[in-house]
Amino acid sequence: VYQVFENVAKKYDVMNDSMTLGIHRVWKDILMHKMNPCPGTLLLDVAGGTGDIAFRFINYVRSVQQRQLQRKLQHHQNLSWQEIFESYQKDKFNSLGDSQVVVCDINREMLKVGKQKAQHLGYSEGLSWVLGNAEELPFDDDKFDVYTIAFGIRNVTRIDLALQEAYRVLKPGGRFLCLEFSHVSNPLLSRLYDLYSFQVIPVLGEVIAGDWKSYQYLVESIRQFPPQEELKAMIEDAGFFKVDYENLNFGIVAIHSGFKL
Amino acid sequence: PRGRDGRGGEEEEEGWYQLYPGHIPTSPLQKALLAAGSAVMALYDPYRHDMVAVLGETTGCLALPNLRDKMKNHPEGYRILQERPRIRLSTLDMARLQGLPDGSLGREYVRFLEDNKVSPDTRMPPKFVDDEELAYVIQRYREVHDLMHTLLGMPTNMLGEVVVKWFEAIQTGLPMCVLGAAFGPVRLSTRKLQVLATELVPWAIRSGLNASCVLNVYYEQRWEQPVESLRAELGIFPPP
Repeated sequence: VYQVFENVAKKYDVMNDSMTLGIHRVWKDILMHKMNPCPGTLLLDVAGGTGDIAFRFINYVRSVQQRQLQRKLQHHQNLSWQEIFESYQKDKFNSLGDSQVVVCDINREMLKVGKQKAQHLGYSEGLSWVLGNAEELPFDDDKFDVYTIAFGIRNVTRIDLALQEAYRVLKPGGRFLCLEFSHVSNPLLSRLYDLYSFQVIPVLGEVIAGDWKSYQYLVESIRQFPPQEELKAMIEDAGFFKVDYENLNFGIVAIHSGFKL
Repeated sequence: PRGRDGRGGEEEEEGWYQLYPGHIPTSPLQKALLAAGSAVMALYDPYRHDMVAVLGETTGCLALPNLRDKMKNHPEGYRILQERPRIRLSTLDMARLQGLPDGSLGREYVRFLEDNKVSPDTRMPPKFVDDEELAYVIQRYREVHDLMHTLLGMPTNMLGEVVVKWFEAIQTGLPMCVLGAAFGPVRLSTRKLQVLATELVPWAIRSGLNASCVLNVYYEQRWEQPVESLRAELGIFPPP
């Protein structure tokens, strides 16, 4: 798995856009809206490699913070211009409101690409990049408010261990969110999806990234992955409560959610 | 994770298996998509030599058997198919070739490699050819390409490559060569295009038509032969 992602790292984002025709951006946006984080949230994004979830988190929290600030200012419209300016200074320090995201990935190359992207896009505060294995996280118990793993869990050899680790590092009340390819039950759609996956995606891999084999592996790993109900059961086995899932695009992708209580 | 028998399994087990190391079996649809995709990518990014290679493999289904038969029906070509020589730095005795007299094939070939700073080891091994012998034929074509440059006296700049492609297109009939010959000039300046159109291409075409099949020459056994003599033997007209 490591070598697959070493090859894949640099062209990861381009490939994602090509394979999903850009829809993966929508899926990730939906995940963020479902999470609905408020400022001050500490997020752990596992297998977060190139930072897609992390950047969305920061954008979301920033906009929430902005709205809160605006509401506060509307309240204080009788303040003098000087006092308004000073309140800007005070809150500018906290444009993120103490929210933080830790991006954890097992692959150094993916993290490198992520860091470069962050620099390029102008993300500096609130981000940490940590090398780590989802089956054995380098973090202490009860630390995070939210744990996400987007399109990463199917690459984990022992999913049950990853789920246990997720449970361990979440604070009580913390939320587990998993965005992953899943099972399409509609038979017609399923056939079309298979056709596209097996015929088109490796070709895209060869043409765009010069790597047929990694993308063949990708498509096969999606088929091997447990379907919605099975994954739900596994998440419950790890100790999570109120486990639920939401299908996106007829089950091509699903968001699983659970709480540590 | 627990394995699941997805529909994907059926699609792959259509009696395909690896015919040679590096072989990736592909369906007709995949070949078509690859051909289209590699053509676009090769034009978009000329440094993607792997795409030119893929284009050659996916479109060569008519030309390659043709070439193979030409080789089979020729005594020297037949021997090449049997013995499967490979042109690689590890198999070439560079010191010996450099010591050969000026004007000999070996000496000029080494000079060409040095002047243009290329190596025979950078040729892509075939992946999408579904026949082991044809895979060798295309491999041989790739490895002999530098010798084409030497015989035609063309450098590895864009102009030189286009000229060689014209020659190869006539000689091999590979669609990839034809496309390369037709679209390569797109990136040339008008002055170069003029030289190309008036002198170089007509010469390349005449030589290509006149010459016997260049893949039927056992180059590894002819290092001492003077380039001019080999040209005459093959029927390549002297370069302008």
